[in-house]
Amino acid sequence: MASQDIIARSATTTPAPSVRGLEEVAKLIDTTKCIGCKACQVACSEWNELRDEVGHNHGTYDNPQDLTADTWTLMRFTEHETDAGNLEWLIRKDGCMHCAEPGCLAACPSPGAIIKHANGIVDFDQDHCIGCGYCITGCPFNIPRISQKDHKAYKCTLCSDRVSVGLEPACVKTCPTGAIVFGTKQDMKEHAAERIVDLKSRGFDNAGLYDPEGVGGTHVMYVLHHADTPKLYAGLPADPVISPLVGLWKGVSKPLALLAMGAAVLAGFFHYVRIGPNRVEEDEHPSAPDTSVHEVDPAVHTFDPRGEGRP
Amino acid sequence: MSNKTILRYTSNQRTNHWLVAILFFMAALSGLALFHPALFWLSNLFGGGPWTRILHPFMGVVMFLLFLGLVFRFWRANYFIANDRLWLKRIDRVMANDEEDVPPVGKYNAGQKLLFWTLLLCMLGLLFTGLVIWRAYFSEYFGITLIRWAMLLHALAGFVLILCIIVHIYAGIWIKGSVSAMLHGWVSRPWAKKHHELWYREVTRDEAPPPPIRKKG
Repeated sequence: MASQDIIARSATTTPAPSVRGLEEVAKLIDTTKCIGCKACQVACSEWNELRDEVGHNHGTYDNPQDLTADTWTLMRFTEHETDAGNLEWLIRKDGCMHCAEPGCLAACPSPGAIIKHANGIVDFDQDHCIGCGYCITGCPFNIPRISQKDHKAYKCTLCSDRVSVGLEPACVKTCPTGAIVFGTKQDMKEHAAERIVDLKSRGFDNAGLYDPEGVGGTHVMYVLHHADTPKLYAGLPADPVISPLVGLWKGVSKPLALLAMGAAVLAGFFHYVRIGPNRVEEDEHPSAPDTSVHEVDPAVHTFDPRGEGRP
Repeated sequence: MSNKTILRYTSNQRTNHWLVAILFFMAALSGLALFHPALFWLSNLFGGGPWTRILHPFMGVVMFLLFLGLVFRFWRANYFIANDRLWLKRIDRVMANDEEDVPPVGKYNAGQKLLFWTLLLCMLGLLFTGLVIWRAYFSEYFGITLIRWAMLLHALAGFVLILCIIVHIYAGIWIKGSVSAMLHGWVSRPWAKKHHELWYREVTRDEAPPPPIRKKG
């Protein structure tokens, strides 16, 4: 993508280029249509050339167990028993939500290691990543992972390479039920609204769109049957926000702390200028040199051509 | 008053102090690089961003261990005594170089003692929070909320530590004779009497009077 399309940049205090207006994109994941086939996981790994280590079966369908530096998207399976005693299999494709106000970007100390594109994609530039893991601390969704191979942070790119040339993300391309769709954010919202009307007509009274306001909205959205309790879906946070601890750490405290340190140095300087140094008396009135000892400076040579003392 | 100078710091104490000082500068500069974007360029001093991230925690641990050396050497001299309260009350006169009514203090004045204990507190805080946020080795053992608290407290402790050291360095510049005491160890008698009278009395108490000249035979 062109550099003009970067509208936010980590550890940068001046405005990023913002003359170009790109339409915001979004990926809509309809959990009500998902059958848990994991084709999206495979497509992600194929397109991005990622090969995670083969793990072990832990008695659930989740495979691998968690997101890793080599697994950028993961189906999380939840067996939910409704009040009526029915079993619902809730399957959520987990991965980066591409927040409009990304906590990772706010926390990152390395200029340009995390960027936000004008179309809403939040991308990691591993070339600038220093491996500190602050992005993990900042993320409200527990997404970024540090690779133990190269100590760089990785996560879903929303296939920014594909999107920039007009293709949909790999997971969208492969989804066999159409549970994942991709387009402008506006179109995705309209599409979701239609789905929600349909779901409500079929008894899912709490069906709704997950596009949390606390992070300014996201560019990956969910249609949920139980939008009133997102927690059901493997702990999807109901109201995600950048933690106030992170906000304080990487927000007001940064300039205030610098200001205070600068002020302390200035206070010292002006104390010296106005009050002056504190000396012991002896320094101010050095005793007169002892004249009883004759001092000869060997650097000073006197030459008397006559070779004899003269009166 | 004899003209002999007084040894204030032994060569081991001086070496320990300056090692801590060097490690402090390295840890502080690399920490500031990660704290504020305006100071990220400081990471160039350490070989770039990733090297700064790798080295900073090791510098911190070494600084802490060396600082423990200073703690063991000096903690007894930093107990508060009755005069310290009065000294603090008259801090304004101390600041104005007007020490007429300032009570005499021991080897350290109340300001130095406060600095000592604050430094110790900051160092302990930096060590424990630093281990929690040391992503390469330890962070996986801790929950995200604890890590977020540790991040914030680490920054806070680092900030307080840097402020303390700014004050400490300025005090050294302001009180003539104190930097040389830490550089070559000796202070003059008038200096000791002026700034640390109780200590001065203590170290000169046992001084034997000059041996009388005896006539032989």
